[in-house]
Amino acid sequence: MAVNGILGKKVGMTQLFDDKGDVHPITVLQAGPCVVTQKKSQAKEGYDAVQIGLIEFVKESRLTQPERGHLAKHNLPPVRFLREVGITSDGGGDGATAESVKVGDKVLVDIFQGEKFVDVTGTSKGRGFAGVVKRHHFAGGPKSHGSMFQMPGSIGSSAFPSRVFKGMRMSGHLGNARVTVRNLRVVGMDLDDNLLMVEGAVPGPNGRYVVINKAVKPPRERRGFGGEETIDPLKTSKRKTKKA
Amino acid sequence: MSISPLMDKVVAKLQRSDLPAFKPGDTVRVHVKIKEGDKERLQAFEGTVISRSSGPDASFTVRKISFGQGVERIFPVNSKVIDKIEVLRSAQVRRAKLFFLRGRRGKSARLREAE
Repeated sequence: MAVNGILGKKVGMTQLFDDKGDVHPITVLQAGPCVVTQKKSQAKEGYDAVQIGLIEFVKESRLTQPERGHLAKHNLPPVRFLREVGITSDGGGDGATAESVKVGDKVLVDIFQGEKFVDVTGTSKGRGFAGVVKRHHFAGGPKSHGSMFQMPGSIGSSAFPSRVFKGMRMSGHLGNARVTVRNLRVVGMDLDDNLLMVEGAVPGPNGRYVVINKAVKPPRERRGFGGEETIDPLKTSKRKTKKA
Repeated sequence: MSISPLMDKVVAKLQRSDLPAFKPGDTVRVHVKIKEGDKERLQAFEGTVISRSSGPDASFTVRKISFGQGVERIFPVNSKVIDKIEVLRSAQVRRAKLFFLRGRRGKSARLREAE
């Protein structure tokens, strides 16, 4: 049985060059160390999961009373960030899953060893009250000839239907919302410093907390996304016809 | 400018350290790896370094006159495409960016040799 995710923090971004000379954007995440703070079981809560906390220095007085009580139950140190992540059982029946992860166990980056893709969940940067161009990628108006630049334009017809349809995209609050980015390729990890390097961007500013999970829906390898050895079925059929 | 000590550590690991020191005004020959089919060969780009940027994503610009036409190429310092860099000559220059060379050609585009 293994824990499927870990808590972390966005450290920053940099770039990595491959042998072809192409550059890849890299996000450095601090992943863990985490501690298991609670176990949820099929029998009690109706599903299997663990609650983990990111071990980072935090004054005990910064925690709420319920948090302190919750952690004190198992003599755990104060943690800054608590979230629930899933667990997978290594086959086995219901009895086997309950055993191997215990409250107080450490969760480290090495859970991603051998993993090609991860999903990262975080809170995006808040943009405040944003217009339609920024929020919904409207094209906006012409930039000259006395026009209004970033206006939404018409929002519907007149006498019929005499109202604005529900779901009409308009300006409003943008960002500061929970965002999950799926299938970020793992490009490296540092077990000493608890770092995980992924290709691509992660929501939120540097220093914000994120939840890193093993990819739920990794790209299908047969479509040629999994590496060099995989083949695209469409292209192979073409190649065969060419040879013949 | 550092984002965090952790970031500095990661960036330091990614930096290339095998390239020689060079500065704006130097004439360099950059050997670039080029892939042709499955063969790899080296191509040299020789010219004057007219600018350098610093930081984890550092790059430098090399300018040369090719068949009477000014050509500039920007290389990322950490790129694996760069096989090696030879510093041929150094010039005495008083500024970090030699963009004034762009408007000049021939005699007026010369730089004073460094002692």
